[in-house]
Amino acid sequence: MRDVTPEKAKAYWRATSRLMWVMLAMWFVASFVIHLFAPSLNSIRIIGFPLGFYMAAQGSLIIFVVMLFWFARRQNRIDEEYDVAED
Amino acid sequence: MSTKGDFISNLGKIYGFYTGGFAAFVVLLAVLEQVGVPNRVIGYLFLFLTLGVYAFIGVISRTAQLSEYYVAGRRVPAFYNGMATGSDWMSAASFIGMAGTLYLLGYDGLAFVLGWTGGYVLVAILLAPYLRKFGQYTVPDFLGARYGGNFPRFLGVIVLITASFVYVVAQIVGVGIIASRFLGISFEVAVFVGLAGILVCSMLGGMRAVTWTQVAQYIILIIAYLIPVVLLSAKVTGVPIPQLMYGEVLDKITTLENQLGVVKHHVAPFVDAKGAYSWNAAINYFALIFCLMVGTASLPHILMRYFTTPSVRDARQSVAWSLFFIFLLYFTAPAYAAFAKLEVYQNVIGQSISSLPGWVQAWAQVGLVTIKDANTDGILQVAEFTIDPDAIVLATPEIAGLPYVIAGLVAAGGLAAALSTADGLLLAIANALSHDVYYRMIDPKADTRRRLITARVLLIGVALVAAWVAGSIGGSILFLVAWAFSIAAAGLFAPLVMGIWYKKTTDAAACWGIIVGFTITFGYLIWTEFYGPGFVEFWNSVLGSGAADIVKARGRDVARLWGINNISGAIFGVPAAFLVIYVVSQFTRQPSQEMQDFIDSIRVPRGDVRLAGGPATE
Repeated sequence: MRDVTPEKAKAYWRATSRLMWVMLAMWFVASFVIHLFAPSLNSIRIIGFPLGFYMAAQGSLIIFVVMLFWFARRQNRIDEEYDVAED
Repeated sequence: MSTKGDFISNLGKIYGFYTGGFAAFVVLLAVLEQVGVPNRVIGYLFLFLTLGVYAFIGVISRTAQLSEYYVAGRRVPAFYNGMATGSDWMSAASFIGMAGTLYLLGYDGLAFVLGWTGGYVLVAILLAPYLRKFGQYTVPDFLGARYGGNFPRFLGVIVLITASFVYVVAQIVGVGIIASRFLGISFEVAVFVGLAGILVCSMLGGMRAVTWTQVAQYIILIIAYLIPVVLLSAKVTGVPIPQLMYGEVLDKITTLENQLGVVKHHVAPFVDAKGAYSWNAAINYFALIFCLMVGTASLPHILMRYFTTPSVRDARQSVAWSLFFIFLLYFTAPAYAAFAKLEVYQNVIGQSISSLPGWVQAWAQVGLVTIKDANTDGILQVAEFTIDPDAIVLATPEIAGLPYVIAGLVAAGGLAAALSTADGLLLAIANALSHDVYYRMIDPKADTRRRLITARVLLIGVALVAAWVAGSIGGSILFLVAWAFSIAAAGLFAPLVMGIWYKKTTDAAACWGIIVGFTITFGYLIWTEFYGPGFVEFWNSVLGSGAADIVKARGRDVARLWGINNISGAIFGVPAAFLVIYVVSQFTRQPSQEMQDFIDSIRVPRGDVRLAGGPATE
């Protein structure tokens, strides 16, 4: 098994942390920020739904699911890039 | 299952066959119903056959190995672990209660839909991969290894048990309600039937048995949840995709609300009873979302599911699958609420009381629907009609005019939801007691046989206590379930996250963080709920009058600080725990080099975990 050197581990952790912060920011927007505007968004219609209602009932949920599959792929790529993936 | 390798590689075939068998069974019962077999018999067949299948899986998954008992041998593929987590997560409250809550609260109820899904993002990015790499048996294990000993481990166990115990009692109450309603047996007897169903799944095979029954339970619960509302959507709108079609239903609801003079619209965000924008409603909406999300990421029965995947990579993938399987139910729940509301506004309100639809009369008989002709005009007005939240999902088959077999299917789904969550919670509590308290703190020299016997004795013990509590005080403590999220969030989230992401977190800081977060939140909950007037008097004298006030809830004077309902108590405890951990870490001795090496080793997927001090357990 190839060893993980401290330098490599450090660089890997920096890339991983960056991805974590990006995900956390998207999570914050989808969980809170969008819904602050729900009363005004409700005047827009999307496939028959008032948009504010739609975002809380479906939109944000779809964002969460897609985000997590994207995150799993992205983090796998980082693992390979820094050569720290499991053998 | 001696040929475990074969079992894992054939999972698709096995569960495919199982799903087909279940569908054939439902069709068979539908035929039996048509030839005149009574409803009561159909109900019995449904509940006992599904219980029999779970018991069968539980028995063939028995094991005498510790790693099988505690973490299912770490061989559960990401996809199936996702399904198992889905049913572990979705309780009787999600299955039966959620749609009803959305019916009653409209937009503001969506805080539950958001809160109970978005938390998985936090699980995936902050915790699951690292706990999997750490690779031991329980969540308190991590606290013990990271914060140097049995004291933080013990604090973790206390938070875990406080949060999980009430939750498991609620599931047993749920099993009792469903079983007594559909089998016509008394609640107390039904509780012990449910208890047997729970124990037979978990006792012999621990996590391994619970995992494979939870997958089976997920399949039944999702089929049972989707079928009634799909058929109802086809009947009302002509298209069998309720999740897309309830947009137009919402439109019709708004029109009807205007005609009927309902001022609090179903789709209107953050409004009070008069329909005016309410700042307080908005604050509570976001506070609740925050607490439910952070609570999701702290509940040990969920986190421990990610100990069971074969690799770190699979743990991440598995969180994504978990959320997908949970999403299937949660994005359907608002459709249930909308279709039920349309039915009520269109075909119930404004009708002559003597000619109400059949489903209203049926559920009025069991007390879930109340009709009171206050102005004695013989016509039903909005204010004269109340419906229990539980009735929304249960009544949908009848609203859609479906045969009884579908109602039986829904009962089997609700039972699967309650049993699977109860299994997971019970195992989390019993494992904390048998592994963390007994093996790690009392008798570290115990051999495998002794540890497994202890684990099973404790499992039965906890189950009996939970069933006894459920049977004797029953439904009156159901509101406590919502507290579990705030308690777990305040006590566990900060020490777990900081332990991985902030290397300088010291042992003392983490212990203080747990104590302060847990005490503030648990204290807030108890104080506001049971000693409301005293709470208001105290805080108004400290912070100036108007800081705290009283709301009527659950027949009590419940206090709140700055308008925050006590269900969101973690809004105070979580930030306090983070702050305490950060500040105390600055003033206490830095973690040793050994400890920093340990943190480095769990951050990287490859390589061994380098435990600081103390030997690793198997």
